[in-house]
Amino acid sequence: MSDAAGALGPIRGARRTKDLAYRAFLGMCVVLAVTALGAIAIYVVSRGFSALSVNFFTKEPAGPLDPQAGGIVQSFIGTGIIVGIASLIAIPLGLLTAVYLAEYGRGRTASWIRLVCDVLLSTPSIIAGVFIWSVVVVTLGRFSAFAGGLALVVLMWPIVARAAEEVLRLVPQELREGSLALGLPRWKTILRVVVPTAGAGILTAIMLAVARALGETAPILLTSLGNDYINTDPMKPTDAVPLRVFVDARTPVAALHQIAWGGAFVLLLAVLLLSIGARVLHARQQKRLA
Amino acid sequence: MTATGDQLGSLGIGAARARRSRFLERSFRGTTLALGLGLILLLAFMLIELTTGAWRAFSAFGLHFFVGTDWNPVAGRQSFGALPFMFGTMMTSFVAVALAVPIGVGLALFLNQVRGAFANPLAVFIDILAAIPSIVYGLWGVFVLLPWLDRIEPFLTNTIGRIPVVGRLFDGKAQGPDMLTAGVILAIMILPIITAVTREVIAVVPRDLREAALALGSTRWESVKMAVLPYARSGIVGATMLGLGRALGETIAVTMVIGNTPQIRASLLAPAATIPSKIASSFREASSIGLTRSALLGLAVTLVVWTFLLALASRALVRKTEQLVGDRLLGEAEPETGSMGVVP
Repeated sequence: MSDAAGALGPIRGARRTKDLAYRAFLGMCVVLAVTALGAIAIYVVSRGFSALSVNFFTKEPAGPLDPQAGGIVQSFIGTGIIVGIASLIAIPLGLLTAVYLAEYGRGRTASWIRLVCDVLLSTPSIIAGVFIWSVVVVTLGRFSAFAGGLALVVLMWPIVARAAEEVLRLVPQELREGSLALGLPRWKTILRVVVPTAGAGILTAIMLAVARALGETAPILLTSLGNDYINTDPMKPTDAVPLRVFVDARTPVAALHQIAWGGAFVLLLAVLLLSIGARVLHARQQKRLA
Repeated sequence: MTATGDQLGSLGIGAARARRSRFLERSFRGTTLALGLGLILLLAFMLIELTTGAWRAFSAFGLHFFVGTDWNPVAGRQSFGALPFMFGTMMTSFVAVALAVPIGVGLALFLNQVRGAFANPLAVFIDILAAIPSIVYGLWGVFVLLPWLDRIEPFLTNTIGRIPVVGRLFDGKAQGPDMLTAGVILAIMILPIITAVTREVIAVVPRDLREAALALGSTRWESVKMAVLPYARSGIVGATMLGLGRALGETIAVTMVIGNTPQIRASLLAPAATIPSKIASSFREASSIGLTRSALLGLAVTLVVWTFLLALASRALVRKTEQLVGDRLLGEAEPETGSMGVVP
């Protein structure tokens, strides 16, 4: 298209150079972004994969003499407990908030709630940690999985609310009208018609929030602290995979670094599977309802 | 629609049933509303808790908290000046933005122009960067990026370091953790959000304008310069602020590569400490000691204020672009980001 001499004159000299520079710049941006992602992926996969073993998934950390013999089973269990507590609280809260925003929310109240959601979403995650640390940990005088879960609730609630709201809005208005015309009250329409239609979409909202919670380190560090051993008491300090990676990476022991890479690899895999899965489901849902 | 109960009544269904139905309707609606309001209360509680907790430190040290350079929790000699942490936070975030904004805008322009087999995977790639947990960035930063940059830094010192004024940024021969590494890690972390928001802003610019420019014989660059950037400018500034807000609050990845040394040095090759890295590395000692705890909460309040202001400003600026272009007319041109993507 560019060689035709148009109203601006032929494309030569400085004009041509500038355009070429612009194109080269765009190319460079793409190369840099792909390189960054590639470099991260290659290192995490290659170093992390070789750290995996049966012991890695089944044993607690061994002593400093032979770290390779140990594993991080307490981190997997702990992550399960902390994220489980957070999900049990945040998912129902988030979904009902989403129902209000999508089904009832008009006017000022709803836009205030939406603004608050956005503010919470842009708040650094460590702030959620500091908040729960100050309210729960300092008050009770102990770090705990429960406090860790609460910190994650602060992060997950707005994510579930906003993502699920968007999904509920995809449900065609005709379905609601049809159901109301048949004499079903509003709440039944929502629970029996709107939510089931949104079905898989709501799952994507939950998956996104869980993916985010799995990878969070700072808020859990401040509230659950970490633990070298298996702990299933929610009122005691509990380990989590990101915490273990953080702790192991800061030691000078090379074998522990290896374990940290392994933890990062498993974490990355889980988070990416969840977020890519959510993306695929969401795209399918959009196509189905469009 | 609020008269559902009455409608049922008129259909001949019993009054008792209608009353029950109305009650259920109201309680369901009430529950969802209460939870929505609960979210507002949560934010309010958080802000009140942080500010009241920080009050002791603010009132004990006053302005010193923001301009002092000493941070000493030892009982009897307590003094809390947060300037080095504020400095470290700002320097690393500015480096991140300086690197990420040009690249992010470039990516957004690229994605906007190139349609077809390559654009979609690239967009997914960039979104994947947003999903990677910060601990993974941190680990990669410590064991891969830090050694790489250590090898490049002497070169920077010998070239840019010789230039007056700017050279001071690359002064010295510090090996190991430094602000530059933290800035580069942050740049990679905020790249997706800058790209996504810029893309959204560029997508609202009417295509006709660009096509008109191209039809007049302008080059791609000229069409972008004349028909896209003037509209997208405030949106890009908004995206920058959003990215800056993210960078300011990032904790773990920065804590792992910055060296946690509270000092104010112009050189990016020097280690430093940031507000989040300070919180993350000293909350344990602060749990029992009143004033130290209050000072840490003061750091948190400072961070919250910064990020709130940035978030509000960026919201306004992104809105402004949309209005500039003519509101919802082009609503359908928006790419599918929204809350499913990375944009809050």
